Amino acid sequence: MRLAVTDLACARGGVPVLAGVSFTVEAGQALVLRGANGIGKTTLLRTLAGLQPALSGDIDLPDDQAAYASHADGIKAQLSVEENLSFWAEVYGNPVPDTIYEAFDLVDLRHRMAGTLSAGQKRRLGLSRLGVIGRKVLFLDEPTVSLDRFSVNLFADFIRDQHLAKGGIAVIATHIDLGLDAPELDLEPFRASADQSGGSDEAFL
Amino acid sequence: MIALLKRDLWLAVRAGGGFGLGLAFFLIVVVLIPFGVGPDASVLEPIAPGILWVAALLACLLSLDRIFALDYEDGSLALLATSPLPLEGAALIKAIAHWLTTGLPLTLAAPLLGVLLHMNSEAYGYLFISLALGTPALSIIGTFGAALTVGLRRGGLLLSLLVLPLYVPTLVFGAEAVRRGAAGMDVTTPFVMLAGITAGAFALLPFASAAALRVNLR
Repeated sequence: MRLAVTDLACARGGVPVLAGVSFTVEAGQALVLRGANGIGKTTLLRTLAGLQPALSGDIDLPDDQAAYASHADGIKAQLSVEENLSFWAEVYGNPVPDTIYEAFDLVDLRHRMAGTLSAGQKRRLGLSRLGVIGRKVLFLDEPTVSLDRFSVNLFADFIRDQHLAKGGIAVIATHIDLGLDAPELDLEPFRASADQSGGSDEAFL
Repeated sequence: MIALLKRDLWLAVRAGGGFGLGLAFFLIVVVLIPFGVGPDASVLEPIAPGILWVAALLACLLSLDRIFALDYEDGSLALLATSPLPLEGAALIKAIAHWLTTGLPLTLAAPLLGVLLHMNSEAYGYLFISLALGTPALSIIGTFGAALTVGLRRGGLLLSLLVLPLYVPTLVFGAEAVRRGAAGMDVTTPFVMLAGITAGAFALLPFASAAALRVNLR
């Protein structure tokens, strides 16, 4: 299993932001995306996850293995931590492993309403979703926003020990050092030039 | 899919979910009508089926913009779109959840409110059956409208403008069935048309809703 991206170009709101992106990630490896704000990290991740079409280029990844985690956690405030997690587990047809609560330090919060959690606790709950969906290829967009140092380490441990060690793949856009032994990809050289336009109706589709 | 239905129903009945809002709106509109046109039975009786149908339709409209907007805002819609659950299935489930929390209570409450409008006693059964057949179509058409307008600011108003014209056939045949029933005429044609609209909408609109969602999620 591997993720291979060849000569990918993607657009945001009809404006091409990235062109000629190529990289390969083997099973058990992570790739960290770097680049200034607005360079197109989110756009690239959304394109890889299949939420928007690529302008050109190929994405080669195993079927039904991709999962996406955005800035927004998709947490329902009126449901408890446990109900939120078991909903996603059920959608993906998996059981909720008990270890997931320990891995993300949610044991004491298990029966709390998600609406009463702090920003960092919500983030931990949002990230723990990755542990119940059983997907092998993760596309993570700024996963450590609003996490403290301790939680960042929990998350890095989870990615290293529970995901990559089991042959998973992760592509992570982040501005901080996660402490993962992973190659970095700076997106600056792939910035699309202004004249490389998409289809004329791109903004409307 | 069952998981999504369960979650949506839980969210609707928990605090802030808006369950019962449509029903309360329906109740108030129907109570207001006799204040407006006067309590005279000879005025109220002929307009009762139409009033009940229009009020049910507006009550249904009230909660439409929440179908996808909340999931869009907190990011769960994008996560659902990348999950193994097909978006067509998600749209169908959302419509069913909307009907269970809005259309079904309206259908059950409407015959009771008919009393307030001096509705002909012959018409109660027909009103119940026509709402039971027609309100699922209101939910699935509304889900399509909600999918079209998800992500737009002030999308609720646009949603009403898009969806209300599409409700016309359901309203025409629904109210006509009750009127004919009350007058002792044959109701086969309006009932068949009503059931046909609902069945057709359920067969086709989940696909249209999913396509609209995919475009709006880009």
